[in-house]
Amino acid sequence: MWGILRRSAVDGGGFSASSLRRTRFSLVSARSYAAGSKEMTVRDALNSAIDEEMSADPKVFVMGEEVGQYQGAYKITKGLLEKYGPERVYDTPITEAGFTGIGVGAAYAGLKPVVEFMTFNFSMQAIDHIINSAAKSNYMSAGQINVPIAFRGPNGAAAGVGAQHSQCYAAWYASVPGLKVLAPYSAEDARGLLKAAIRDPDPVVFLENELLYGESFPISEEALDSSFCLPIGKAKIEREGKDVTITTFSKMVGFALKAAEKLAEEGIGAEVINLRSIRPLDRATINASVRKTSRLVTVEEGFPQHGVCAEICASVVEESFSYLDAPVARIAGADVPMPYAANLERLALPQVEDIVRAAKRACYRSK
Amino acid sequence: MAIWFSRSRNIVFSLRHNLNLSGILIKRDYSPRPAFTNSQLSSKSVCLDSFTSLRHESTAVEKQLDLVQQSDEEDPQELNFPGGKVGYTSEMKFIPESSSLRVPCYRVLDEDGRIISNSDYIPVSEKLAVRMYEHMATLQVMDHIFYEAQRQGRISFFITAVGEEAINIASAAALSPDDVVLPQYREPGVLLWRGFTLQEFANQCFGNKADRGKGRQMPVHYGSNRHNFFTVSSPIATQLPQAAGVGYSLKMEKKNACAVTFIGDGGTSEGDFHAGLNFAAVMEAPVVFICRNNGWAISTHISEQFRSDGIVVKGQAYGIRSIRVDGNDALAVYSAVRSAREMAVKEQRPVLIEAMTYRVGHHSTSDDSTKYRAADEIQYWKMSRNPVNRFRKWVEDNGWWSEEDESKIRSNARKQILQAIQAAEKWDKPPLTELFSDVYDVKPKNLEEQELGLKELVEKQPQDYPPGFQI
Repeated sequence: MWGILRRSAVDGGGFSASSLRRTRFSLVSARSYAAGSKEMTVRDALNSAIDEEMSADPKVFVMGEEVGQYQGAYKITKGLLEKYGPERVYDTPITEAGFTGIGVGAAYAGLKPVVEFMTFNFSMQAIDHIINSAAKSNYMSAGQINVPIAFRGPNGAAAGVGAQHSQCYAAWYASVPGLKVLAPYSAEDARGLLKAAIRDPDPVVFLENELLYGESFPISEEALDSSFCLPIGKAKIEREGKDVTITTFSKMVGFALKAAEKLAEEGIGAEVINLRSIRPLDRATINASVRKTSRLVTVEEGFPQHGVCAEICASVVEESFSYLDAPVARIAGADVPMPYAANLERLALPQVEDIVRAAKRACYRSK
Repeated sequence: MAIWFSRSRNIVFSLRHNLNLSGILIKRDYSPRPAFTNSQLSSKSVCLDSFTSLRHESTAVEKQLDLVQQSDEEDPQELNFPGGKVGYTSEMKFIPESSSLRVPCYRVLDEDGRIISNSDYIPVSEKLAVRMYEHMATLQVMDHIFYEAQRQGRISFFITAVGEEAINIASAAALSPDDVVLPQYREPGVLLWRGFTLQEFANQCFGNKADRGKGRQMPVHYGSNRHNFFTVSSPIATQLPQAAGVGYSLKMEKKNACAVTFIGDGGTSEGDFHAGLNFAAVMEAPVVFICRNNGWAISTHISEQFRSDGIVVKGQAYGIRSIRVDGNDALAVYSAVRSAREMAVKEQRPVLIEAMTYRVGHHSTSDDSTKYRAADEIQYWKMSRNPVNRFRKWVEDNGWWSEEDESKIRSNARKQILQAIQAAEKWDKPPLTELFSDVYDVKPKNLEEQELGLKELVEKQPQDYPPGFQI
């Protein structure tokens, strides 16, 4: 059933939103929000962020396949063409290498492009421009060439889209000095981090998630203000706890929160950290949390080897070794190209039960 | 079949003139009626019937008249497809893979440095000509001495532009200082023209603390934003779509400037060549693409690089105006680049220039080209087809240059470069702080910590570091 319901998420995006909303209400009441009655979907959050930044700075422009006339492959850039015209909302021919190169060149010359990849899987065709040009130019030119560019788009698994549309690129981009890599979860994250990314003078890789686009989150008045911005490099503690630290990012934050609910029923207080920023990684927050709980479970959707979790484990073992009461645990996607069949896909991705099991193991509550 | 066709064509023609239905078949807003099918056309009577019936729907567009009369000679009917109207033919004819005649090469000076009669060219004043020649000679001396320095082990690597001095200097002379240059790596002459000093070149090659590039890059990867010359980047052809982006930025800011980018014959095989040219055309960006077709991509000869007639023919495939020029003729290069630049800026369009030349030197100091090409081929181009000598003859014939001037410029350049090298070699390398700066706009905390950690380590264990190690 999970598989069938999952598939409908691709078309309407409604499934995840509606089922999770039931659990979300309980979380909302558990947290205290200032005037938290307003809600916003991640899609609208991203759209409003781009809109406001384009309005504030005439150098900001959007580029990508289908971003203009089609209103965006996932409707993130809806309405922008009408508002800002074809010069600032540019529909590109199909060549990731081409339009990424153009974006980098435009950034070299002082414009602020927001380049959309239909999915970061397609960014592979442009990765030389992102890494060898965008990431390294400031350093190689000794500060003469700045690249104030933002690359954004869906990253990681969607539902039933197979191997070439499901890979998570957080670890790939986060390993490169010169880039900043962000991964929002909630609508507030989406707004604040995308605004920060567009304003940032360095190249930023902004990893969204297709299944989160349709999800609604409560949003504060402060976050709705056009000057709102979140700091890059700061993680957010989504839920406090004293027994085990669970770190994760993007869609897995939702899973971790659900797992935390289940663990709470069994008397285990899990502290859920939403990384928000993969590079720079907020090692301070992570380590402070582990020093408090003494146990670490890190979760990611991507492949296990050389992943974001591996980096977090290394950081914690290096800096907080004597505080650990249990071995660090990593939960990642299966070490296989993503299969298409719904049941196999489910098995290839971390599920709430996996997080609960790992947390219990860390607390010596199970084998 | 052919006879019938010509008869029906004549009928169409005469009918059109008699009935004054100039645009009947070439209407712009033709959508409701489908185009004639072949079967319809094969019937003469249907033709006539259709004419009379369409008469009512004809919205003669005066502008189309030229089109109609022109296409009447070849294709009397036109078909409507996405992308516009296209004439049709029932003769199955493939466009040949190459035309019988290669695209001719534009040149102004003959091999003896004399202006070919009736040449089209933009005149060059004495002052400009002398300045161009001095720079070509300086570039030659610079290439020679730096190459030797590498051979002596004083620098790790070098790339010369021997044989391509005319392309380097004449193109730079034809541009305005506001034009943004995205080089490949064989265009130091452009930077030299714009005012980068010999000392600055030497500093970059030695990667010392005075290097504007802070010792971050291999030799010859110069860059200077003061001179609107982007830092050389090693991956081939990435500068092409980037140039389209720079052009787009200049267009949006309505600047009186264009982007100028260089590429070799080999680089045109990269995917970025296609993306860059296609995009620049679609975006109507002011970009001048200059391809230095020097015959060799390391050891790959152009016959193994492409099967087209060089690169100039590719321009039209992208809808880009193109020209083939004798890259060893400084006056031709100057005129072509100057005109291309004006077109790019005034008409807001990309232009492609293929400059034919020969790579006299090795690909780089890591290459020995005698291993894959004949030594006498290299000699021939070095001696008999030398662009510097050719331009010198013209400048001398005009009475603007003498033997004395020649020895003066060469000895001065030699002296300056040797001094620059000696100084650059002696100066310290960049301090430790430059290891961690410019990764980001503002140094992040983790790098600050690493820098501090490294400083402490150097202070604690000085024996592990060379004496006088600069922090």
